[in-house]
Amino acid sequence: MALFQISEPGEAPAPHQRKRAIGIDLGTTNSLVATVRNGLAVVLPDSEGRPLVPSIVSYGERGVETGYAAMARQTDDPQNTIVSVKRMMGRGLADLTDARRFPYRFVDTPGMVKLATRAGVKSPVEVSADLLRGLRERAETSLAGPIDGAVVTVPAYFDDAQRQATKDAAQLAGLPILRLLNEPTAAAIAYGLDNASEGVYAVYDLGGGTFDISILRLSRGVFEVLATHGDSALGGDDFDHRVFCWIIEAAKLPPLSPSDARLLLVRAREAKENLSEHETASILATLSGGQAVNLTLTKAIFTEITANLVAKTLLPVRRALRDAHLQAADIKGVVLVGGATRMPQIRRAVAEFFGQPPLTNLNPDEVVALGAAVQANKLAGNRERDDDWLLLDVIPLSLGLETMGGLTEKIIPRNSTIPVSRAQEFTTYKDGQTAMAIHVVQGEREKVADCRSLARFELRGIPPMVAGAARIQVTFQVDADGLLDVAAREQGTGVESTITVKPSYGLSDGEIAKMLADSFAHAADDMQARALAEARVDAEQIAAATESALTQDGDLIDRDERAAIDAALATLRRLHDGADHLALRAAVESLNHATAELAARRMDRSVARALTGKRVDALSD
Amino acid sequence: MIDFSRNYFDLFGLAPAFRFDNAVLDRAFRELQTEVHPDRFAGGSDAQKRLALQSSARVNEAYRALKDPVRRAQYILRLHDIDAVGETDTALPLEFLERQLERREQAADAQAAGDVATLATLLADARAESRALEDRLAQLLDGDRAFATARTQVRELTFLAKLAEDIDAMLASIET
Repeated sequence: MALFQISEPGEAPAPHQRKRAIGIDLGTTNSLVATVRNGLAVVLPDSEGRPLVPSIVSYGERGVETGYAAMARQTDDPQNTIVSVKRMMGRGLADLTDARRFPYRFVDTPGMVKLATRAGVKSPVEVSADLLRGLRERAETSLAGPIDGAVVTVPAYFDDAQRQATKDAAQLAGLPILRLLNEPTAAAIAYGLDNASEGVYAVYDLGGGTFDISILRLSRGVFEVLATHGDSALGGDDFDHRVFCWIIEAAKLPPLSPSDARLLLVRAREAKENLSEHETASILATLSGGQAVNLTLTKAIFTEITANLVAKTLLPVRRALRDAHLQAADIKGVVLVGGATRMPQIRRAVAEFFGQPPLTNLNPDEVVALGAAVQANKLAGNRERDDDWLLLDVIPLSLGLETMGGLTEKIIPRNSTIPVSRAQEFTTYKDGQTAMAIHVVQGEREKVADCRSLARFELRGIPPMVAGAARIQVTFQVDADGLLDVAAREQGTGVESTITVKPSYGLSDGEIAKMLADSFAHAADDMQARALAEARVDAEQIAAATESALTQDGDLIDRDERAAIDAALATLRRLHDGADHLALRAAVESLNHATAELAARRMDRSVARALTGKRVDALSD
Repeated sequence: MIDFSRNYFDLFGLAPAFRFDNAVLDRAFRELQTEVHPDRFAGGSDAQKRLALQSSARVNEAYRALKDPVRRAQYILRLHDIDAVGETDTALPLEFLERQLERREQAADAQAAGDVATLATLLADARAESRALEDRLAQLLDGDRAFATARTQVRELTFLAKLAEDIDAMLASIET
């Protein structure tokens, strides 16, 4: 686009077009999408002004619905309305200790659990992708164009399988993903930049289904995570469940149908939320059999039945402090994140533990999305006034290999700053051994069986040698997303075999390929829409630039040239609202062509203007 | 990016010494990460991203090696081709070993009894002995430049660090 290259010499060139960068907080209960606008991070609300999107996907008779539309379906059609899918990411059925709480038809497949829905068997990755697609569309509407880059947040305590699953979901949803960012770190960015904080801070993040604690040092624009700990299956959901169990007991209810169970869980959640503001909450419901539930839950009972959940969060807090070699008194401030931290008993427990009231001046629902938006904006290359900061995060769980006797050999300890790369040498234990099985695990326990298995592969082609003579170097590399790559190489004799694995969580390449194929029909539409949106933006820009050039320097061209430009502009405007992106592209090209001469003459005039009035010695270098 | 052939001290622009100002290392580390971190190359080519990943990982590794006195002492010896990490030669002064074994036994008993106070005392003692060893090492490494002699002290320091770590883990298992 010739016209764009013009700027007055001596002035700053026209700012590059801003990238559409978004931060997504993909929560267990609610999700949000945010962006940076005029230097300020803002949450993008829906057309009705609601910032939160319930993280619910409904596979109903009317097709796939997400958010509030799906929420409306949860009691009528609980088995096809998926809530809290985040708890299933990267998890097998055996990992879901609370599986019976959900009304879903689980399919126990190797690796990740799946769900049988009206729309077929869905993996949690696909369900999450549907959620992310909804968020992407919201952002594209709000930002009037395709997204250039997204940062998606994950709980800091997510292991490699859960992270990989989240990244796959983002890719499946057609999001150009810039980075996976830990939720408490995102909150720290939002908080730290907002308050220009210095010192050591704790971020206590209790979401719908996950708990994280991160200890960070904020110093001269560097956010350095010192330690992180957590529980990836502990959150507000569990408080709801306690209330739900209390209702069943107090009302002496018989075994419930999935719809009734879902209804009472919704009532339980409402009661929990009410108790953050009031001393008592009434629980009213009519079950499908006509039975009425009419109970009053007091704050005192609620606090009592959830006391051990609150205590359960303090265990990781102690461990994180220990790993950071710090005491509670060393913490300058405690930032509360996640809707569940609105519960007074949580605030009290945190205040008591740290000996200071927690910081609550940021909205605990929004702070993660805002931090992610700030990071996305920076990674996408948009320049801001105060973007001179750096984030140094860690891995939450140790990474290692299985050795003889089913024991774990740690290669990268937890809380190592990422990215990190570390190699260790192993050897053969049998004479003439030509292959070695490599089993990659994550976790803190001594026994492999107690850790999470991430990947298995074999290194073959080791030259036959006596036991202990081969030198096999295994290299672990964790990137800035916290994702692991493993390579093994035999280097004792100069013969090398190298294999690199991306740990999978049980989804085979074939399954991923199928999912991508399934989404292909959709993807073709998406690509079409993206191309059209891009062409429209280009068209608008060149039209605006042409008009401005004609106003300023219209005297540089003759009547015929002017007529050609006007005709090209008219064609462009006519095609702008059509659906044919190729025709619109052609119109952009033709306008570009028609204005080339004008652009060249404007350039000459600018140079001439710049030269007038300059002293001669300023020109001879 | 960074020159992978430079030693860790050189990488941060520091003189290769055991005693140094931690604040200077911290600052140099942050400045270097600001230059090479993958976040700076999110929009770069695959080759740039890979190089940023490797450079940043290298800077993290260098920082880890120098930040901790035990690893720093080991690294200084390695720069002089002395291996203080390998397990081929485990000889340590008998008196030192006896003292540590006694500590370890006391710690195990205290753990079994749930005696937090004794564990805390043992931990403090082990750390105090570590600090005294560090002072001695500063003299040997920076003053006398007696690297071969220092090997014993470095091994003792490594041993003590492991003991302190284990006692700390025992404390954690009782407290949590």
